[in-house]
Amino acid sequence: MSDVQDYPSRLSDPNSRKLGTFSYLPAMDDDEIRKQVEYIVSKGWNPAVEHSEPENAGMTYWYMWKLPMFGETDVDAILREVQLCRETNPDNHIRLIGYDNYNQTQGTAMLVHRAEIKV
Amino acid sequence: MAKSYKAGVKEYRDTYWEPDYTPKESDILACFKITPQPGVPREEAAAAVAAESSTGTWTTVWTDLLTDLDYYKGRAYAIEDVPGDDDTFYAFIAYPMGLFEEGSIVNVFTSLVGNVFGFKAVRALRLEDVRFPLWFVTTCYGPPHGIYVERDKLDKYGRPLLGCTIKPKLGLSAKNYGRAVYECLRGGLDFTKDDENVNSQPFMRWRDRFLFCQEAIDKAEGETGEKKGHYMNVTAPDVEEMYKRAEFAKEVGSRIIMSDYLTLGWAAHQSLAKWCRDNGMLLHVHRAMHAVMDRSPTHGINFRVFAKLLRLLGGDHLHSGTVVGKLEGDRMATLGWIDLLRDKYVKEDRSRGIFFDQDWGQMPGVFPVASGGIHVWHMPALVSIFGDNSVLQFGGGTLGHPWGNAAGAAANRVALEACVKARNEGRELEKEGKDILTDAAKHSPELKIAMETWKEIKFEFDTVDKLDVQHR
Repeated sequence: MSDVQDYPSRLSDPNSRKLGTFSYLPAMDDDEIRKQVEYIVSKGWNPAVEHSEPENAGMTYWYMWKLPMFGETDVDAILREVQLCRETNPDNHIRLIGYDNYNQTQGTAMLVHRAEIKV
Repeated sequence: MAKSYKAGVKEYRDTYWEPDYTPKESDILACFKITPQPGVPREEAAAAVAAESSTGTWTTVWTDLLTDLDYYKGRAYAIEDVPGDDDTFYAFIAYPMGLFEEGSIVNVFTSLVGNVFGFKAVRALRLEDVRFPLWFVTTCYGPPHGIYVERDKLDKYGRPLLGCTIKPKLGLSAKNYGRAVYECLRGGLDFTKDDENVNSQPFMRWRDRFLFCQEAIDKAEGETGEKKGHYMNVTAPDVEEMYKRAEFAKEVGSRIIMSDYLTLGWAAHQSLAKWCRDNGMLLHVHRAMHAVMDRSPTHGINFRVFAKLLRLLGGDHLHSGTVVGKLEGDRMATLGWIDLLRDKYVKEDRSRGIFFDQDWGQMPGVFPVASGGIHVWHMPALVSIFGDNSVLQFGGGTLGHPWGNAAGAAANRVALEACVKARNEGRELEKEGKDILTDAAKHSPELKIAMETWKEIKFEFDTVDKLDVQHR
């Protein structure tokens, strides 16, 4: 049994909460986030940024950062909005969305910043 | 000019073989693979199948003249060689609007795969594909919710969903079973599943199972902050019992239930699909018994037909084979029917075994479920083959992890997200799979151990039901 590792997830620990796609991976660096933005643009989706206080992250609706960036294909412009949202809401989780209006869905919604939660 | 009555037996091809016929948009079209008895010409065998699956009987009867048989008859309108097989051929048959009841899969198939399959003049018969005209599609109920509504309800986007079938299949007590569910869900899976054989046996009655599983779901949701579900199997000995179990699943707060549409019966299944939409319940559909009918290359019904008819009957998930796991499934054929489950319009494509264009109108799509003998090493191939709109359903590949279900689930989830992230970055999953997983395992001890445990396991038997191609 000494080889078996415990799975460290607790109701009492807010850091056990997961946040959808990519929340099981290490935080992405700027270059990795850029590649994901390029993916959203290449799919023809409309990028959007959302954020939430960690304690409310389980709700369906996070705060929408401004409006979805309809038709925006400039990767730097999209990354700037992610950065602005993060500076304005330093204690919030942030996710990046690609709206797929053809299928009336979100083609993707991925975690791009996990706020630090001190327990 | 009225016809006169003449008793006797006519050759089928005099009436039912019409090579000059141009199929109408409103026709139901079918492609059969026919193995005729020796000495029976192709046109006669094709015409016989058209006749026996529509209006025909073996002899002329006087009441034929009381109706417009020329309208109602099925017509064999084309014959084609089967690549690589001289003993069989394809026959294309058109059935007119009005021959079948609107919205009734039961009625269509009672004709198409009815008496004709036991008909002596053909040695073997296989229904390869059916084109449902838009008028018929719009009279069917369809998936209770469909792929995109399910994603909204679960708040999960941009990746395949992950499930696990709880094992051992039979014999666990309800409380121990709920423990296995809880461990999988807290580790990162989206769903767990009742095995198809689990209904309400003495060792675990359905009511106890539903209650313990729901408690497991609720705690795992609290812990992870993500929405979770357990496919509560409501397949039951009779329809009243099926509804009773479905109602209870709703009462305890379940998001999803499951049925086995072939053993349950299509009429019962369609009723359950309607109940699911009325009650906001997702419907997972298993396909026990399909291989009895779809595995032989010369006789029965191709799975693509079962996939299409399930979309019409109604279901949000359908098991569709894995290509890479322990169960049968030709890669190109599987790619064909998973598109038939999901897409709005599917073009004829013989390289994937699709014989007709199929327009689904506004009918929502169904998640294909890849289930059976898969583990983390299969993940790059699965993400590449199935894409985001799929459920990857593990069993031993989660539960068999040396550290238990939660670690197994976490390994599955990390592997999945690593593959999705790499794909989005433009990397080729099936070529670079090993590097992608190895990198991901540096941050996940659970994945590292899973990769060491299952390193050597592969399932490389030859497929029995292959697409018809020259090299067979």
